[in-house]
Amino acid sequence: MGKSLKNVDDVVIRFAGDSGDGMQLTGTRFTETTAIFGNDLSTLPDYPAEIRAPAGSLAGVSVFQLHFSSKNIHTPGDNPDVLVAMNPAALKVHLGDLMPGGAIIANANTFTPKNLQLAGYESNPLEDGSLEGVYEIYAIEMTKMVTDACADMSLSSKLVERTKNMFALGMLYWMYNRTLDSTLAWLRKKFESKPEIVEANSRALKTGYNFGETTEIFTTRYKVGKASLPPGKYRNINGNYAISLGLLAAAQKGNIPLFYGGYPITPASDILHTLAAFRHFGVKTFQAEDEIAGIASAIGASFSGNLGITASSGPGIALKTEALGLAVMTELPLVIVNVQRGGPSTGLPTKTEQSDLFQAVLGRNGDTPMPVVAPKSPGDCFYAAYEACMIAIKYMTPVFVLSDGYLANGSEPWKIPELKDLKNFKVSFQKDLSENENFMPYLRDPETLARGWAIPGTSNFEHRIGGLEKEDITGNVSYDSANHQRMTDLRFAKIARIANEFPPSNIFGNKSGELLIITWGGTYGTGRSAAERCQRENLKVSQLHLRWINPLPKDLGSIIKKFKHVLIPEQNMGQLRMLIRNEFLVDAVGLNQVRGRPIRAGSIVEKVKEILG
Amino acid sequence: MSESKQKTDSKLSRMDFVTDQGVRWCPGCGDYAILAQAQKIFPDLGVAKENFVFVSGIGCSSRFPYYMNTFGFHSIHGRATAIASGVKLANPDLSVWVVTGDGDGLSIGGNHTIHLLRRNLDINILLFNNRIYGLTKGQYSPTSELGKITKSTPMGSLDRPFNPPALALGAEATFVARTIDRNTHHMQSMIKRAHKHAGTSFLEIYQNCNIFNDGAFSSLTNKETRDDHVLVLEHEKPMLFGKNQEKGIHLDGNKPRVIDLEKDKNLGINDILVHDEKDIVIAMILSSFTHNPDFPDPIGVIYAVKAPVYEDLLYEQFDHAVKQRGKGDIADLLNAGDTWEVK
Repeated sequence: MGKSLKNVDDVVIRFAGDSGDGMQLTGTRFTETTAIFGNDLSTLPDYPAEIRAPAGSLAGVSVFQLHFSSKNIHTPGDNPDVLVAMNPAALKVHLGDLMPGGAIIANANTFTPKNLQLAGYESNPLEDGSLEGVYEIYAIEMTKMVTDACADMSLSSKLVERTKNMFALGMLYWMYNRTLDSTLAWLRKKFESKPEIVEANSRALKTGYNFGETTEIFTTRYKVGKASLPPGKYRNINGNYAISLGLLAAAQKGNIPLFYGGYPITPASDILHTLAAFRHFGVKTFQAEDEIAGIASAIGASFSGNLGITASSGPGIALKTEALGLAVMTELPLVIVNVQRGGPSTGLPTKTEQSDLFQAVLGRNGDTPMPVVAPKSPGDCFYAAYEACMIAIKYMTPVFVLSDGYLANGSEPWKIPELKDLKNFKVSFQKDLSENENFMPYLRDPETLARGWAIPGTSNFEHRIGGLEKEDITGNVSYDSANHQRMTDLRFAKIARIANEFPPSNIFGNKSGELLIITWGGTYGTGRSAAERCQRENLKVSQLHLRWINPLPKDLGSIIKKFKHVLIPEQNMGQLRMLIRNEFLVDAVGLNQVRGRPIRAGSIVEKVKEILG
Repeated sequence: MSESKQKTDSKLSRMDFVTDQGVRWCPGCGDYAILAQAQKIFPDLGVAKENFVFVSGIGCSSRFPYYMNTFGFHSIHGRATAIASGVKLANPDLSVWVVTGDGDGLSIGGNHTIHLLRRNLDINILLFNNRIYGLTKGQYSPTSELGKITKSTPMGSLDRPFNPPALALGAEATFVARTIDRNTHHMQSMIKRAHKHAGTSFLEIYQNCNIFNDGAFSSLTNKETRDDHVLVLEHEKPMLFGKNQEKGIHLDGNKPRVIDLEKDKNLGINDILVHDEKDIVIAMILSSFTHNPDFPDPIGVIYAVKAPVYEDLLYEQFDHAVKQRGKGDIADLLNAGDTWEVK
């Protein structure tokens, strides 16, 4: 029987399986192949906090969702078209999200009485007819087929069984018309020292592909054409890696040694891992005894003339809070990355949220202004980190980078920049004094209000700094009331001046209209998709994305005034909304969801329609 | 990375280390004596003034950097050791000194102290131990004796105190020493030894708080009693003390005991334990004398051994990584992995 080829623009696949089934790896491989092919794409990994939750349980389901398209896309997609379910629990948890008419590709061998019971099924949904007519069901004996394929090998059955994810991957490669080359090459490199593992996985991959080709249950292959991305050289990148590269690029551009002090925490640890591998760049990574020592060592390194960096997630940032105040008081450059996760307390370690905005903007004792920049996509994490370093040095201030779990682990095609095209900035340590002149640690640059940076080892610049209030200019300890007022005013004025660096705000859509969607951080993509859908329906809806939360862009107030309604979708209970309402006295409406995953574009469109009546 | 690489400047004098800031400790505080000795000895350490960095936390002792005309960082409570670690790793050529107290370094900052000790960065810790909280006006500290009556413990404290040298040894410290604020020459020699040691030096300085805990160390400083209560340690010398050096430490199996050579005629000088700075067992025995009324308080270098220095290992990794992989090239890194061209 011949197979037909069908063109589609847009596909969302969700790989779901036990946390030991290798779903993250399967998703990542499909992503790489798809990226190289030239689709635009966006991914959303979602896994349990437990390293190995009980096998077959609902709690142990690990997921990787991939949205790829021949058009420009901005989100990992709302509802999947294809659900790959490696066991009954995966089907149970994710069936509800599948598009009506969508495809279920299940590993039939795992639908055993025990696994069905663990998932809470009374009968086998693949056979009892409950799904028929609603979805396309493909029950495939993946475990059996990989076992047969490797029957002549001496590998244990356990190891062979593990290759079933490669079978599923091969089948999807066939279905979406992709080649196996990149994955085969990756397997050879990954398991270089274990040729039999390479062989078993390669066989599984090819068996899956060939099964698609020969079986009669699949009648159609799909073609998703290349997307028209801006010309250039691309790679696929996730947010945590992009942040690490952004930090390193800034250090290279500014010709300043990078010092990272931190403590492992999900989902920020990968930044530490990545930077730790850059010893050949002279990157100093210091895994401290706790979060406090992480930031404290970074502050010490900045005092000594390195670029101090620390990264963590909400609970860890809470521990660093006192030291943040010290960095503000001593006016030293420092970059703090918060890869946000669900809170409060330990909360949802592996799930994404945007609920640390107040913590970044306001969360310190005293009047302690802190610049806050938030990347909008995995690739933008590079630029946000780079910019944070630049501002930290130019304005002699700590700067917060607010990423989140979705950006950190999600990925997208990324146009590779050249170092020469990145914004220039200069690191200059104080070196020269005229005769009889004394170094004044708190004398400021008239334009930026930044104080001079004089580092230990520089003769005649010996000085003391610390957490006590400083006297203007001299930096001596001062409890004088007028001086405290002046220094507080100066600290605020300095941060406000950072807004002078911003280009005019970019509005997606008309500059005036019925409704303005204001997004920040990881909600950029869904806000953009929602605005596109609304505009296609001729609704007068525009989107404004905030890159800097503190200071806010100077033109924001006048932009807001040109719209009747303001909608702020956030993965928190309304933190940016409160700041915007406070700053501009506008009756902004929120769409607030804290469900551990990105807000869906569809939810925003619904909310827009509800507001516009 | 140790002191051998630091520039020397022989012209320095005490006045080079005095700042224009008025010293704000209470009159009669033991901190004055420590500051005076530091200002006296630092010009002779063979380090250029701009290469000294003093880092402190919070507490009376932590005001110290303001009075030393070097680079200084008066930071936040308990974190001086962590900040100093960053200072040192950023520039290993600096001579980094942490000034801390029993509250700052052993209570709120205890965690950072033990971890600095085990990592063995070449940083010197001066721990001013007055066995009380001074800046917050007189609460008991983690080195106060059990039952201590203070404002926060009107019926006596319930905490058993820390034994600082034992704590440091337990944390794998490579240099542990003790001195007393009133014993100026001894303090000078201990500061010199701490400076010379490659690795983290832990120098406990018994310091009298004349306002909230006056006389805490009087038996060690009063002319009449000090000889019987202080054991001055010297490497490879027998552990003798007393007015006429008539008392000594004798080991009964593995149990130490004080013997009086004048009274106990069966024992002689050869029965007195000989100090060995490199012997961890002796160091442990000596540290066990802390808070023990049956023994004198040892001062001097309790323990000093060579061990790999953290920053030396770090910079060796840099060299090794460059040898293995070549000097890092950001363009290569950005373009690494699977890439594709969009035309």
